[in-house]
Amino acid sequence: MGLEAQVNQPFIATRMDEVINWGRKYSMWPMPFGTACCAIEFMGVVSSRFDVSRFGAELVRFSPRQADLLLVMGTITQKMAPVLKQIYDQMPNPKWVVSMGACASSGGFYDNYSVVQGIDEIIPVDVYVAGCPPRPENVIGAVVKIMEKIDRERAAVDWK
Amino acid sequence: MTQDEIVARIQSHFGARVLGTYSFRGQAAVTIAPEAIRDVLTFLRNTPELAFDMLMDVGGVDYLGYPDEDDREWRFEVAYQVYSVAKNHRVRLKVAVRDETVKVPSVWDLFGIANWMEREVYDMFGITFSGHPNLRRIMCHDEFVGHALRKDYPINRRQKLSQPSENLLCEKPEYA
Repeated sequence: MGLEAQVNQPFIATRMDEVINWGRKYSMWPMPFGTACCAIEFMGVVSSRFDVSRFGAELVRFSPRQADLLLVMGTITQKMAPVLKQIYDQMPNPKWVVSMGACASSGGFYDNYSVVQGIDEIIPVDVYVAGCPPRPENVIGAVVKIMEKIDRERAAVDWK
Repeated sequence: MTQDEIVARIQSHFGARVLGTYSFRGQAAVTIAPEAIRDVLTFLRNTPELAFDMLMDVGGVDYLGYPDEDDREWRFEVAYQVYSVAKNHRVRLKVAVRDETVKVPSVWDLFGIANWMEREVYDMFGITFSGHPNLRRIMCHDEFVGHALRKDYPINRRQKLSQPSENLLCEKPEYA
């Protein structure tokens, strides 16, 4: 207690990683990349009944430059793939990607000439969400998974 | 007017240019030669009793490997579904296309909607339309090779696009 008396202010000691991760995981800004019905389900996720803002990820940005959580929701065609890549590249680090639903994760039942068989052919994915479309609770589950992943990151070292 | 009456009108008017007719579950179809399609559609549209004022769809068919392959003289067909809003009757026209070297006359100036539909048939089957103002791919990307709905297109072939397609930007067709 001698130190507190010296600086004349209350304080707690912690690690840099903990502070950065704490800030990041409770203030994720999602960028919705919605191309199909999963994006309709996402409206339920952000609306009052399920309310992803309880987990701090309610500030949806439609500019990739202001977002750190990319939600890919829906079928990605070969024609759309370079656009998705460009959106991902435009997001500043650190950034995380959720692949929502069967189509984004594996192409779904579109096993044909025009559809990318999973967005992990183009960009790295952190969490896959099963379902066609997934329930809103599933999507919130994915956000919590991202939070757990952020917790394990050595933020002060990894993202210089 | 019943389907049979419509078919009879087309047959009596065009004679030998009608290659055949058939009816399946009350839906009549008339097969014609490529060079007759503009005349037939004009006739159907401008004859007052027929008054076919709407082109519902233009589609392609690839008969490669079809059970009757040995007897068949043409590989492709282009199918036109026409409908009369005023008379509430419809008929199907099929144009016999021997192979991909045959050019089908475009009907985009008779029915404006045919512009994009013919582009789709071109994109999926590689059937070309003469006189079309803008015969480019409409669905597959610019770097796509081949035609996806042909029966000899490998079902597992994937074709990647290297950069965002010009087609995704605002489209400005150049009409001749």
